[in-house]
Amino acid sequence: MNTVLVLIALLTVGAAVAALSGRNLLHSVLLLAGAWTGAAAFYLWAGAEFVAFAQVLVYVGAISMVVLFAVLLTRRSRDDLAPGPASRVRAGYALLTGAAVAAVLLAAGARTTLTPASPPPPVVSVSQIGGLLMGPYAVDLLAAGVLLTLALIGAVVLAAGDRPGNPDDAP
Amino acid sequence: MSPAATTNEPILERAPVLLRDWLTGSLPERARWVVNSLIAIAVLLAVFGLLFAFLTLAERKILGRIQNRPGPNRTGWFGLLQPFADGIKMLTKEDIVPRTADPVLHFLAPVAVLAFSILTFAVIPYGRHLVPVELDASVLYFFAAGTATELAVFMAGWSSHNKYALLAAMRALAQLISYELPLLLSFVPVVLAAGTLSTTGIVAAQAGWKWHSVPHWFVFTPWGAAGFVIFMISALAESNRSPFDLPEAESELIAGHLTEYSGFKYALFFMAEYFGMCALSGMAVTLFLGGWQAPLPVLEVIPSYAWFAVKLLGLLLGFIWIRATLPRLRIDQLTRLAWKFMVPLALVNLGTAAFWSLTFAWAGPLQLLRWGVALALVAGPFRLLGRGLSAGLGPRTYRYA
Repeated sequence: MNTVLVLIALLTVGAAVAALSGRNLLHSVLLLAGAWTGAAAFYLWAGAEFVAFAQVLVYVGAISMVVLFAVLLTRRSRDDLAPGPASRVRAGYALLTGAAVAAVLLAAGARTTLTPASPPPPVVSVSQIGGLLMGPYAVDLLAAGVLLTLALIGAVVLAAGDRPGNPDDAP
Repeated sequence: MSPAATTNEPILERAPVLLRDWLTGSLPERARWVVNSLIAIAVLLAVFGLLFAFLTLAERKILGRIQNRPGPNRTGWFGLLQPFADGIKMLTKEDIVPRTADPVLHFLAPVAVLAFSILTFAVIPYGRHLVPVELDASVLYFFAAGTATELAVFMAGWSSHNKYALLAAMRALAQLISYELPLLLSFVPVVLAAGTLSTTGIVAAQAGWKWHSVPHWFVFTPWGAAGFVIFMISALAESNRSPFDLPEAESELIAGHLTEYSGFKYALFFMAEYFGMCALSGMAVTLFLGGWQAPLPVLEVIPSYAWFAVKLLGLLLGFIWIRATLPRLRIDQLTRLAWKFMVPLALVNLGTAAFWSLTFAWAGPLQLLRWGVALALVAGPFRLLGRGLSAGLGPRTYRYA
């Protein structure tokens, strides 16, 4: 069982590292989609079917599309690569910040005591998840929904501007 | 193919399971599971591979007849060997990769598109005992696997390094973002009514007949009929079929993302398109048309998988008929139809379904009121939104020089 986990972890982290280090933006987005699929595979391995499929549906299906759309619409040409690190000093700062975050995470991980034999994961059906989301967690769900709607409206307001309508754009 | 057949069913109903058990019965438990799964995969690939082959022939024949020409009729009887001739031609053609193309993505795209469209076949219940994989959230799995195919279309278009292909990739993205929403929203009422996300559960919820003649299929309720139509229109768009075949659009984009593909890679795209069409039709049958249930109690003599096949073929012929009848939309018309018409309708349909399930206990004259309110909830928004969509377009007048 653990070899499967190690394989999933290697694939996910490998795809993420390749996405970050690559200079071709389109490749990075596709690799990122691969990393998200890896996360979904991990959920599946952990027995959380619903979360795994939702992850693929939302991240691989929708969010990667939006990212690709944004990349394609904003680049001037196909060979317009991501800018490299401007100077060694900036690269140093970036490394320093990354190392600090990694240290905090590692410290947190080292302090957690892991039970050697984990109990069997609880079997949760989709209808139970639905009941929980509509019952005890209804407020959280609504808050997340309102937040996302506000962000969406804000994005529309920012993007729309107040240009006069072009009569040629009429249907 | 997991559930065990009970012995009081007709022999034809149990035949596939009996045959499989006869083949693998003597194997040890663990090996048996593996071999059973392999058999299910092989049967699925063989059946849908052949269906794909003859569907291409049927499409060419039917399109031909609708356009008043005979269609392929030179290879074999009525052109029955045409798919095989096409297959051999595709296999022997040269595989061309443009010099400036992205070679890895150019290779990966046809593989990915086919792999993901095959994945969707796993959760459809083909018969009473013929469910390849039973999952608790199988509907979600189906749509999760299906969304990844458009990503592959984008990969194909972008990696070809060709302006037509890139345009096709952009169109494919816009189309997916637009039609994903009505497709997903249209099946939510079914989940609401059936109370489960598993395909077997949804089929089981549509069992039985009213007055021994009207089946309890969801399509025979006001919200079900509306949901079915929304689902089928979105399915047309998701599988890049005419009138939503903008990513390929032979007449304007010279086949779009397929421009730089030849030989067997092209055939793989073609196969994936038909597989996607079959899978979405199979899902529509499962969600709205009662799955493998027979339409009348008397007709239960005919095995369930035959009923599934009849419904599936009916929907596929509908796809072909629509392709022959309707002209292609423009990209702005396509997205407007999705966002201003289909998405609001699907959302209202959710409310209709909620009303329908809340008034489950109404009887007598109240039943009439229930139907009236539900039909008004379906037809009213349709009229209003339709008027908004076609405002200012009016009937066109053509003046000839």
